[in-house]
Amino acid sequence: MTDAAFPPARPRGGSLLEPDARTLRRNAAEARFRLYGVTAIAIAMIALMILLISILSHGTSAFRQTFLHLPIALDEAVLDPSGTRDPAALRKVTTIGYGRLIDRALGEAIAASGITVEGLGKSDISRMVSRQAAATVRSAVLADPALIGTTQEFRILASSRIDGYMKGRVTQDSAARDSNVSPAQLHLADALRAQGLLGTSFNWRFITDPDASELRPEAAGLGIAILGSAYMMIVVLALSLPIGVAASIYLEEFAPRNRFTDLIEVNISNLAAVPSIVFGILGLAIFINFAGLPQSAPVVGGLVLTLMTLPRIIIPARAAIKAVPPSIRDAALGVGASKMQTVFHHVLPLATPGILTGLIIGLGQALGETAPLLLIGMVAFVRDYPEGLPGGLFDPASALPVQIYNWTQRADPAFAERASGAIIVLLIFLLAMNAAAIVVRRRFERRW
Amino acid sequence: MTSARLTVPAIALVAAATAAEARDQIQIAGSSTVLPYATIVAEAFGENFDFPTPVVQGGGSGAGRKKLCEGLGENTIDIANSSSRIKQSDIDSCRSNGVDEIMEVRFGYDGIVFASAINGAEYALTPADWYSALAARVVKDGALVDNTARTWADVNPALPAQDILAFIPGTKHGSREVFDVKVIEAGCEATGAAEAMKAAGDEKAEGCLKLRTDGASVDIDGDYTETLSRLAANPAALGVFGLSFYENNTDKLRVAPISGVTPTTATIASGEYPVSRPLYFYVKMAHVGVIPGLREYVEFFVSDDIAGPDGLLADYGLVPDPELKATRDMVASETPMGPLE
Repeated sequence: MTDAAFPPARPRGGSLLEPDARTLRRNAAEARFRLYGVTAIAIAMIALMILLISILSHGTSAFRQTFLHLPIALDEAVLDPSGTRDPAALRKVTTIGYGRLIDRALGEAIAASGITVEGLGKSDISRMVSRQAAATVRSAVLADPALIGTTQEFRILASSRIDGYMKGRVTQDSAARDSNVSPAQLHLADALRAQGLLGTSFNWRFITDPDASELRPEAAGLGIAILGSAYMMIVVLALSLPIGVAASIYLEEFAPRNRFTDLIEVNISNLAAVPSIVFGILGLAIFINFAGLPQSAPVVGGLVLTLMTLPRIIIPARAAIKAVPPSIRDAALGVGASKMQTVFHHVLPLATPGILTGLIIGLGQALGETAPLLLIGMVAFVRDYPEGLPGGLFDPASALPVQIYNWTQRADPAFAERASGAIIVLLIFLLAMNAAAIVVRRRFERRW
Repeated sequence: MTSARLTVPAIALVAAATAAEARDQIQIAGSSTVLPYATIVAEAFGENFDFPTPVVQGGGSGAGRKKLCEGLGENTIDIANSSSRIKQSDIDSCRSNGVDEIMEVRFGYDGIVFASAINGAEYALTPADWYSALAARVVKDGALVDNTARTWADVNPALPAQDILAFIPGTKHGSREVFDVKVIEAGCEATGAAEAMKAAGDEKAEGCLKLRTDGASVDIDGDYTETLSRLAANPAALGVFGLSFYENNTDKLRVAPISGVTPTTATIASGEYPVSRPLYFYVKMAHVGVIPGLREYVEFFVSDDIAGPDGLLADYGLVPDPELKATRDMVASETPMGPLE
């Protein structure tokens, strides 16, 4: 070893203010890396913005709906021919009978406000009113038979094409080609709006009402889907949190290291990668065909999603427990705490933020999952609200993602708007869930 | 995870025990073509009767019939919707699971229409044109050759010189079967290709149903909304739709008449328009009288207010069945279906 073996020393006298070529290269590399990072984030942000803008621009109109404000004479001769107000007799009058009353009321309102109608037959005018309107009036009358014989002001839905015109989805041009609406109907709608009989307002019923058939897209709502999703999330939370946390504590803190626990660990990681539809097939076989649970019920959906979510909760929970510094455990054990006291008094509280993060991600995935629900009958047309908890877990219900899937398949273009509206509701649902979890996590956050 | 594996089924079993109360709503599954009609009836039934609204699922005709035949009891469905007639294999599997009596209710017809985008080219087609455009092998100068037609004008000089591009339902769809039988097979016969195939040793002319695979015919496995968006991107292309879907989107689609007949409920009901199919639902007779409202639902479905010529379903695009009266009598007397002819 001689001095000649060393690389030549750097020329002396280089200034810190004038960086040499190597430093320049290093700085350039760092600048490039920063640029890559900024670009990556910018691309992600742009993608998110495009997604949000497209959903919001298509979907916000679903929260507004066009209504007709109409005085309707509840004619006794039609609604209660016997005059006895007997509920059984009142129920015999179907929505078809009520539909005639609404048609008559609309005709009278148009005549009274002096609008002249050209080129519109009677049926053209009645098709401007939603078919849901008759059901609205009928249930109001059945709830309060004293209304019969009086004239009441009702707020009833306009048909989906008229609603589309008010929102700009339907135009005079498209109406000319559309077999479900005519330009004359749109002129009448304009005249009605000028008279204050027709107007658009915020539509709570989009959030509270059940789904509707393809003949009345204007009446379709998310009520049952929101309830069904909420019920399923309750089941998932109630089952996967205790089971997932218990499993990860045991595996991390108590389980002996041997081939068997290794096998379990590998299996958990593999389960997390299993496509979700497989859990649907499993759920159909075990919960419905073997255990005999009802179809379309949130409890089955919840159980299937629990199976899917568990590995996705266990893996981050174990990581969080592992990340608690050993010094904490050693200190607790050193002052005489038992193993269990160490875990529950010291390790678990410190691991809680990490566990909750995993839980949020797992629940978020479960909330948006559609595929396993296809197989257990959750993609169904359900119009009766499930009961309260816990009995309602066994009643048929829908779920938010399958409702979106369902609506995108329907023929009437009004359902496309409602599907986008439903996506907004799903996102809000997700944000609310995440916000709640973040609040809880903040309360547990501790630093050492 | 072992604890999870044991606990979850255990909880399920306990839950099942508490859920032993009787099911009080009708459960229906099956064809996605019948689904909108069934939901319309279910909705009207729920709001006019004291029974709960039936729960209606899609899933496809075959899947619905399979579910119907899974057995008796509350965990099986009561009605299967189907856009094709029940098969002997379904009846056999029903029988082996104890489902002996099924009532077949035909409630109307569904038309299959061909349409291009509203700003696209105008087509007036015949089954022979369809066959010559889409089949893998066609007759040319008396011999079977591979199909090389590039534009519709190559097929028939009266048609526009647009590239052949058709979006047809995938093989899992019931409407594909109708398209195959009523359009492609009919065209195969009409162009003489069937004759040529039989002469070449293919006795049942099975080669008729082979469509070209060079991209001129595209199978759509999704639903009609997907076909519609594909047409929006390719205005010159033709798509296959159900009549009710078309009637809800007449502002975006231009219909192509078949053999000079434009599809409407009238031309389909009279049989003038060739491409249509009957729609059915199958009722599990053992559940009638057990599941509340089942009898009333079936009677309501075939009533004039619903399935009749001026009924609710005709508003949505159902072609009414001229023999609805006979169906109604059959439902009233609760006659189960006999063996298939």
